[in-house]
Amino acid sequence: MKLQAGLLAVVLAGSLAACGGSGGAGDADAAAKARGPITIWYSNNAEEVAWGKQMVASWNAAHADQKVTAQEIPTGKSSEEVIGAAITAGNAPCLIFNTSPASVSQFQKQGGLVPLDSFSDGKSYIEDRSGDIAKQYKSADGKYYQLPWKSNPVMIFYNKKAFAKAGIDTAKPPLTTYDEFLATSRKLVAAKAAKVAIYPAPSNEFYQSWFDFYPLYAAETGGKQLVADGKSTFASDEGKKVATFWRTMYADKLASPEKYTGDAFVDGTAAMAVVGPWAIATYKGKVDWGVVPVPTSSGKPAGEIHTFSDAKNVAMYSSCQNRGTAWDVLKFATSQEQDGMFLQASGQMPLRKDVASVYSDYFTKNPDYKVFADQAARTVEVPNVPNSITIWQTFRDAYSKSVIFGQQDPGAALDGAAQKVDQLVKQS
Amino acid sequence: MRRGPLTRVLGEHPVGTAFVTPYVVFIAAVFAYPLGFAVYMSFHDYFFAAPGAIVDRPFVGFDNYATVLSDPAVRRAFGNVLIFLVINVPLTVILSLGLSTALNSAIRWRTFFRVSYYVPYVTASVAVVGVWLFLFNSNGLVNSVLGPLAPDPSWLVNSHLAMPTVAIYVTWKQLGFFILLYLAALQNVSADLYEAASMDGAGRWKSFLNVTVPGVRPATTLVVLLATVTGANLFTEPYLLTGGGGPDGASASPVLIMYQRGIEQGNPDVGSAIGVLLVIGVLILALLERRFVGSED
Repeated sequence: MKLQAGLLAVVLAGSLAACGGSGGAGDADAAAKARGPITIWYSNNAEEVAWGKQMVASWNAAHADQKVTAQEIPTGKSSEEVIGAAITAGNAPCLIFNTSPASVSQFQKQGGLVPLDSFSDGKSYIEDRSGDIAKQYKSADGKYYQLPWKSNPVMIFYNKKAFAKAGIDTAKPPLTTYDEFLATSRKLVAAKAAKVAIYPAPSNEFYQSWFDFYPLYAAETGGKQLVADGKSTFASDEGKKVATFWRTMYADKLASPEKYTGDAFVDGTAAMAVVGPWAIATYKGKVDWGVVPVPTSSGKPAGEIHTFSDAKNVAMYSSCQNRGTAWDVLKFATSQEQDGMFLQASGQMPLRKDVASVYSDYFTKNPDYKVFADQAARTVEVPNVPNSITIWQTFRDAYSKSVIFGQQDPGAALDGAAQKVDQLVKQS
Repeated sequence: MRRGPLTRVLGEHPVGTAFVTPYVVFIAAVFAYPLGFAVYMSFHDYFFAAPGAIVDRPFVGFDNYATVLSDPAVRRAFGNVLIFLVINVPLTVILSLGLSTALNSAIRWRTFFRVSYYVPYVTASVAVVGVWLFLFNSNGLVNSVLGPLAPDPSWLVNSHLAMPTVAIYVTWKQLGFFILLYLAALQNVSADLYEAASMDGAGRWKSFLNVTVPGVRPATTLVVLLATVTGANLFTEPYLLTGGGGPDGASASPVLIMYQRGIEQGNPDVGSAIGVLLVIGVLILALLERRFVGSED
C-alpha cells in the first residue's frame, strides 16, 4: 500500500462522514415500524452462503412486499474494515450475519448500529433465545447492539494417526493438565509424528490471542473475560500460568514462532489444532481427528471447562430504513427452525440455550458435533468494552514479545499490558 | 498589444489550460484534498461516523502528535524503516545499475534475463511472499543450503535479521522496474564517450565509473527518490511476510502502524498524525538525496 493510497482511504472515508448530515438514523421510532425491501450481507464460506440463500428464498416466498436482497460481505482485508467503511459511507445493509463481537463497540461509537432494545420484544427475544450467555453481549450502556447468533467453541483437535505413531492413546489422550499436554507434545515431536505438537498462528494480528491464550484463560479462570468491571483481569496467577504454559511450548519447540501458510493440522505439520467446529468440514477426508477440551493446570473435568466462543453475531445497521422488516427477518433467521437448518448446513452452534437438547436428532446422527454442543453452554466472549481492538492489540504485543519470542518474562509482560489496558478501559 | 481579460486569466494559449485541467482536478481530488484533510484530522479528536450521527470532534492541537511520538511502537517503526532504507536504496541503485549495464551489452539470452528480472515486479505480492516464506523459514531452502551456518532463530523471526530480510526481498521484487529505468537511461549515453575513454586507455571498469555512472546520473536521482518513497511506504511485506511486523515489532513499518491505529482500531486522527510525520520525513530525505545525489557538482 502506498502512503498516498493509505491517506486517501482514511481521508475519503472521513470526507464521506463529513458530507453526511441526513437520511441516516432518521426518526428511530418510525423506522422501527417501517416495512419494505431490505438488504442483508452474510459470510462468504460455502456452507453459510448455502444456508443464507435458502433462508432468504424462504422469507421472500412469503413476503413479496418485503423482499430481502442478500449478498456476501464484500471482500477486504477483513470483514470489520468493510463494515466500518460501509457505516461511514452510509451504505451498510440492514443486517450483517457476521458481525464480530470485538468490533461492536467501535461500530456503536460510529453511530452505525441500531439498539435492538428499541423493538418492543427486542430484549426479551434475545434473552429468551440465548439464555444467560446473552448478557456477555450487552454493551456498556446496557443495551443490545447485536443478537448473539452462533458460536464455534474452541477445543483441541488431535490427529489420531500422529498420536498412534507416537504410541499415545487415541481414544483418551492425556491432554487434561498442562503437564500432560507438555508430555504428550514432547512425545509427538520426539517420535517425529509431526514437526510441532500444535501450531497456533504466531502472527501479531489483534485477534490471534483468541486462539492461544484466551481459550485456556477462560478454562483456567472458570469463565473470566479479559476485562471485567472496568479492569483487566489477565495479570492474575491464572493468566500467568497460561502464559507460562504457552512459553514452555514455544521454548521447547513444541509450537513454532514462524508464520505458516496453509493449514498446519491438515498438512500434518502439527499434530493438534486449537479451533472450533467450523473447521470439521475442512478436515473431512484429510485428517482422522479426535477432540478434547482445552487443558487446565489442575485438569478440571470436561463438564467444568469454559472456552472462547469464537462467536459471530447479527447486528442491525443505522442506515437501514425498513427496520420493522429487518427485525422480523432477524427473528425469522434465528428461529428454532432456521437455527436447525444453520446447524445442519454448517456444524456451527446456534447461540441458543439448550442447543444439545433442542437439536438432539441432529446430534444423534452427527455424534462428532455433540461435544461442541455441550461446550457451547460454557463459552466466554471477548469483553464488550470500548477500545476493544486496541486492548486486544496491546495484549497481543505483550504476549508476542514474551510468550512467542521469549524477549521478556511472560509475567512481567502481562503486568505491563494490564497497566496499559486499564488506562484504555478508563478512557472509555 | 492589449490583452483581453480571458487571455489574462487563461494565458496566450487557452487550449493548454484545457489540456492540463483534468490532471489538475485529479491531483486536487485524490492528493491535495486528502492530504489537507489528513492534516485536519491529525489536529482533531477525529473518528469515522455514520452519516447523521451527532459526534463531537474537538480541536486537540498537537495531542495526536504527542500520542504518536510517545508511542514506542511508532518510534520503533520509524527506526525500522530507516534501517530498511539504508539497506534497500543503495542496494537497489548498485544492483539495478550493474545489471542494466550487463543487460545493455550484447550478451546471450538478453531478452530472457530482462523478462526474468521484471517478472517479480509484476507478480502479485501475496504469491511471491508465499515463496519467500517457503525459502526463509527454519526448514526452508536457504537454511538447508546454509546448514550449520543458518541463523537461529530463522530469518523472518529473528529480531536482528527480519528487517534486513524484508529489505532484500523488496530490493529483489522492485529490481525489474529500476533496471528498466536504467536501461532507458543507458540508451542516451553516447557511444562516442566510451570510444574516447577507450582511446584514453580506460578499461571496462574505468569506463563504467567515468562514463556510465555520470551519464545516468539523472536516472540515479530518480531511482533513489522512487526507492525512498516506495520504501518509506512499506506495508505489504511486514503485513504478510512477517505476520504483522514481527518478531515483536522488529519489522513493523509506520504505514503498518498507521493501518492498525487508523483503520483497525478506529483512531484515524492518530493514523493521520503518523502519516503527516511520514510525509515530512520523506520530504526531508528527498531534499537531502536531491542535494547529494542529484547535484551536478
